[in-house]
Amino acid sequence: MLELLSYTFMQRALIAGALIGALCAVIGVYVVLKGLSFIGAGIAHASFGGVALGFLLGVNPVLTAVVFCLLTAWGIGLVSRKGQIKEDTAVGIFFASTMALGILLIGLMRGYNVDLFGYLFGSILAVTPQDVWVTIGLGAAVLGVVGLLFKELLFITFDPEMAEVTGVPAGKLYFLLLSLIAVTVVVSIKVVGIILVSALIVTPAAAAYQLTEDFRRMMALSVVFGVGSTVGGLLLSYWLNTASGATIVLLATLAFFVAAMCSPRRRRRPALQRV
Amino acid sequence: MENEPIILLEHVTVTYQDLVALEDVSLSVPPGAFLAIIGPNGAGKTTLLKTILGLLRPVRGTVRVFGKAPWELDGRRQRIGYVPQVMSVDLNFPVRAGEVVLMGRYGRIGLFRRPSAADRQAALRAMERVGIADLADRPIARLSGGQRQRVFLARALANEPDLLLLDEPTTGVDVAATESLYELLRGLHDEGITILVVSHDVGVVAAYVDMVACVNRRLVAHGRPDEVGGNVLSCMYGPEAMLFGHGPVSHMVVVPSGSSESPQVSPPESR
Repeated sequence: MLELLSYTFMQRALIAGALIGALCAVIGVYVVLKGLSFIGAGIAHASFGGVALGFLLGVNPVLTAVVFCLLTAWGIGLVSRKGQIKEDTAVGIFFASTMALGILLIGLMRGYNVDLFGYLFGSILAVTPQDVWVTIGLGAAVLGVVGLLFKELLFITFDPEMAEVTGVPAGKLYFLLLSLIAVTVVVSIKVVGIILVSALIVTPAAAAYQLTEDFRRMMALSVVFGVGSTVGGLLLSYWLNTASGATIVLLATLAFFVAAMCSPRRRRRPALQRV
Repeated sequence: MENEPIILLEHVTVTYQDLVALEDVSLSVPPGAFLAIIGPNGAGKTTLLKTILGLLRPVRGTVRVFGKAPWELDGRRQRIGYVPQVMSVDLNFPVRAGEVVLMGRYGRIGLFRRPSAADRQAALRAMERVGIADLADRPIARLSGGQRQRVFLARALANEPDLLLLDEPTTGVDVAATESLYELLRGLHDEGITILVVSHDVGVVAAYVDMVACVNRRLVAHGRPDEVGGNVLSCMYGPEAMLFGHGPVSHMVVVPSGSSESPQVSPPESR
């Protein structure tokens, strides 16, 4: 165990993993309660196009992915707000088209596909010192915004219409929330990969939701599940010699099922139906 | 200035997803009124509330609330307390009643700031006023329908509003809780709050309010409850609705005008 921690690549992986586990868990609370899971998945897939574009242009792929994901998030938000297309239809269109764009761009390059594979499925053991700093910087920015606008984000998640009526700019805050999701996705793809990142956002929060009826407690529990899954999954994957991203997600899923079985919400259900 | 109407609608037409939800509605609500807007489901009652709140904009006509267009109210927004339909939120949301009530003040507190002691006191006063101070720590999922409705009412009152708008406040609430809610509204009205309540429950509402406006896409009737009388029925169920005795309770039978379909029997009225 101690020997394992003496490897610098492992130290970096654990630090990045814990940070991302916490970040995804916090954002995941809003995603789960506001029903944005599919949007999260859509934004994650859009990052593939952004990463491919970065490789093609020779720019840091994280940078292009951030821009790409923000534009996609706003695009989905705009289309669904207009109300002419349903939100999930909008996601479905963006989801596939940005993925297709990524594949098209890869086709224009030759020989670089190994790195791209790392973005698709995660390569936490290949996290560089620069990656750790990017994670710390962007993660702190997202958590800082959440801290500053904590009460407003809670309000628009619970009751956006009432928020609007009492003078809270619910529409703008919704776009801010989508932007926070986009940045979280991009920061996290290095650890679990594009395909699995939405699970890391949704699952710890969904597990926490099973166990409490208090918003702050749900967020705290979600962080415990998120960090526990990334750190635990990482160590497990090392010992079992399995893919790290997949191990992390499966561990989080296991936690979810255990939480669901212990859930007081389940026990209370018959009482609720009397209302 | 004092007698200027709090809400003024002039020839207002509102479309909602390409359908005309309200057509040429004119309505004036003076300060201190206790007005019920009644009408059948889908008649545009909620649309009317949302128009007054500035959530929807009319395609024709003018809307004035406190003398201004509702989307230009800014600071005066806090003078309006809104109690939406309970079903408009996720009732399993992990949040406690006290927090929901405090949310009523978030707009007034402003971005980036934390609620002050004064804000918490205002929320507590509102909860005491509606008799739910002991439920502050209870998650909303564990409240009864009537208690939840009071939480929403307390949230609106936390802002110390001059105007209170309620959308179907007694949906899913039993008879006793319905009556005590209207008693409570009566008391708030006596304290000087102007109240506008939307309901499809003609019988209950008429016993408490001063004025009734009947909406069925258009404003069909407007006046004191005893004046509107028969017009209310035709507003709710069409011009050929009538009451007649049939067995121990009177039934209302509605024959849709201009159709040969069999009559629809509505639930018995208990009067």
